[in-house]
Formats: sequence, structure tokens, C-alpha cells
Amino acid sequence: MRCDFADYLLQGYFDGELSGRQATEFEGHLGHCVHCAAELVDLDLLRDSLQLAQLYEPATASLRRKVRAPLHAIATTTAASQPRLWHWLAAAAALLFVVIVLGKVGRGFNSDDYQAELAEEIVDAHVRSLQAGPITGIASNDERIVKGWLDGRAGFAVPVRDFANGGFALKGGRVDVIEGRAVAVLVYERNRRPINVFIWRTRERDTSARTGSRQGFQWVDWRKGKMEFCAVSDADPADLEQLHQLMNSSA
Amino acid sequence: MSELGREDRERFEKLVLPHVDAAFNLARWLLRRRTDAEDVAQEALLRACRFFGGFHGGDARAWLLQIVRNTCYTWLEKNRPMELSVEFDEELHLQTCATPETLVIAGDDRKRLTLALETLPPRFREVLVLRELEGCSYKEIAAITSIPIGTVMSSLSRARRQLYSALANSSQGACP
Repeated sequence: MRCDFADYLLQGYFDGELSGRQATEFEGHLGHCVHCAAELVDLDLLRDSLQLAQLYEPATASLRRKVRAPLHAIATTTAASQPRLWHWLAAAAALLFVVIVLGKVGRGFNSDDYQAELAEEIVDAHVRSLQAGPITGIASNDERIVKGWLDGRAGFAVPVRDFANGGFALKGGRVDVIEGRAVAVLVYERNRRPINVFIWRTRERDTSARTGSRQGFQWVDWRKGKMEFCAVSDADPADLEQLHQLMNSSA
Repeated sequence: MSELGREDRERFEKLVLPHVDAAFNLARWLLRRRTDAEDVAQEALLRACRFFGGFHGGDARAWLLQIVRNTCYTWLEKNRPMELSVEFDEELHLQTCATPETLVIAGDDRKRLTLALETLPPRFREVLVLRELEGCSYKEIAAITSIPIGTVMSSLSRARRQLYSALANSSQGACP
């Protein structure tokens, strides 16, 4: 048996959220309603149990470390234009170190593990691109302009296609540093979410798409025509698959 | 995409970073797994960093928790859509022997409470976590969850009743 007051005033009274007038009114009611009185006891019991159980879970040490790190990266990039260069050089040096270490450890990995490691690094680069300044080095939806800009900087012929008709509008391109080498990045937009497609040369033969997610971002990685592609976004995984199909059929 | 200038960064560190615990705790209870919570809380903090230019003072904890909550729901839609569609079966759960007389909640039974809390639908779980663990006012809960205060009250009421029932269910051995 429940009292009509129970749903609203009782909760508010218990949580100390009623106005003085409402609280007085409810206390008058409480004097002769055994249901509400009993329910208050239950609520008290429940709250005590929740408190005693110490259910609150503070942030893990690794999360604390991680949320500190990007801030410092931002701090370095925003100070001035000069330090920004140093930041990238430092990042490139750090990546090179990672490559060397991975190269040594890498012999123990199978190639799938290696590809997953690489994809993770690319997701990190994607996140970095979202935080630190403009996402494009060249902002244009003209395939030829973007290609002309990218080819020289990436050191190979980058396949640049605008898929605006397929729902993936080309927004531009840039060059990023992954594993210590320059990598071409095409920036697309789908439902107002940016998608980065990282492209670099490889000696490996073609592979079908591998997918994964990290930090809430999805990635799709495939190799075709001595090039490796890795598309990253927080968009729907199905969108990335669609973009993969479009790029694969046009390459 | 605007960069955080030096001043903004200091403000972000001072206003937002103290609430990393709150961010993780909410993500942990919405996603139920610590590893997922860590990833999603981190993503939410990155978003907070990106959107910080749009934060013009006020309650930084509520502002951050709103982003955490939205990031969690987006993640759930993508990764575990079933959890958002499954509703707590009140009919089923309330049929059990949940009366104050028979329900004895062992105060130290952390595991049982955790499981019971995790059986609630996310929208009930979140109001309980925000109120009981985070100590938020109704107004703050309304801001974080984007629901009216009246709905916060009725959600809390139902959430508490459901938690009570879920606990009773988990201690059926104690039923007469």
C-alpha cells in the first residue's frame, strides 16, 4: 500500500529538497500516515547501506596520468608558433624511439598484434589532431589541389578522391608523423564528424579490412596497391566500412 | 577547433580536473566495467577540453558530468545497444517478498549492492549514483541529465523502489 504523497513530496523531503512550507505540510501528513513513515525508514536504510558499501569509485591512477598528458601537450603547442615546431620534433623523436623499441619487441609479435599496435598509435594521432589546432594542413574539397599539396610532402602519389556524393565530403589533407615517418592524412566529414584516413606506403601485399576501437574511436585498416590505409573516427563503424568500400573500389 | 590558451588551460586544470573522480565514478556505474569507464571518461575529458571555450563559468562538475553522461550513452548505443532498450521488469521484480520486514540489507554487502544497482536501467542507475554517491542536488541532476526536476524526483522514487526490489530478489533465501 502506497500513499499518494510518496512519489514526490516524500522523496523531496527525504533529500532535503522541499521548501520550508512544503516540508511543514509534509510533516503534518507524516504524523498520521504509517505508509510514508515506513517508507522513510526504508529510504534511510537504503541510503545507509549505499554509504556503508562505499560504492564510490575514484579515478584510476592510469586515467589520472592520461588526462594530465594531453593537457601538457596542448600547453606546449599553444605557447607560440616556435615551440610548436619543437613539440612536433620531440613527438617525432619519441615516435622514432617507439619504433625502435617496437621493432625489437616486434619480432615476438605476430603481424596482427603489430597492426593493432599501429592502429592504436594512429587513433592517438587522430585524437591529437582533434585537440591541437586545425585538422587540415590544406583545407580544400578539390581533389587536385589536395593531391598536389600532399604528394610533395608525403613523398608518394596519394590517391585523393572526394566522395561527397557518397556522403563523405573531402575537407582537406595534412601530413602527420606516425612511427617516425611522414604519413599522408585525408580528412573527410560525415554527419559533421571528422574522419581521418591515414595513408602510407608499404611493401606488404593487399589485405582485407581489420577493424577495432580504442578510446571510443573506431578504426578500419586495410592494404591495397602497396599502400596501407587506416580510417579513424568516432562516427558509426558502418560509416567507416562504407568509406573503406568507396576508397577500395576507386583505388 | 580552438586551442586552449595558457589562461584557459589553467582554468581547465583548476575547474575541471578536480572532478576526474566524479567523471570516472559516473562512467563506471553507467558502463559497469572499469576498463570501459576509463576509456570513455578519458574521451569525455578530451571533449571537455575541446569544448572548454564554450564553458562560461557556473558549475564545472555538472558541466563535465553532462559531457561524461553523453559520451557514455553514445558509447552504449554503439557498443551495447541492448542495455539501453532493456527496461527493468517491475512486474517481475516487485512480485517478490520485498517488504521492510523481510528485507534486511547487510550494510557491508558491497557485492550484492553493486549487482543490484547494476540491474537497474541506466536512466534510473544514473539518478541514484548522482544523488547517493555524488551527492548532487535535484537541480544539478536535472542539468546533468537534461531532464526536468519533476522527472528527476519521480525517477529517483522509482529507482529507489527498484533497487530495493532488486536487493530483495538477491536475498530470496531470506524470504519466509
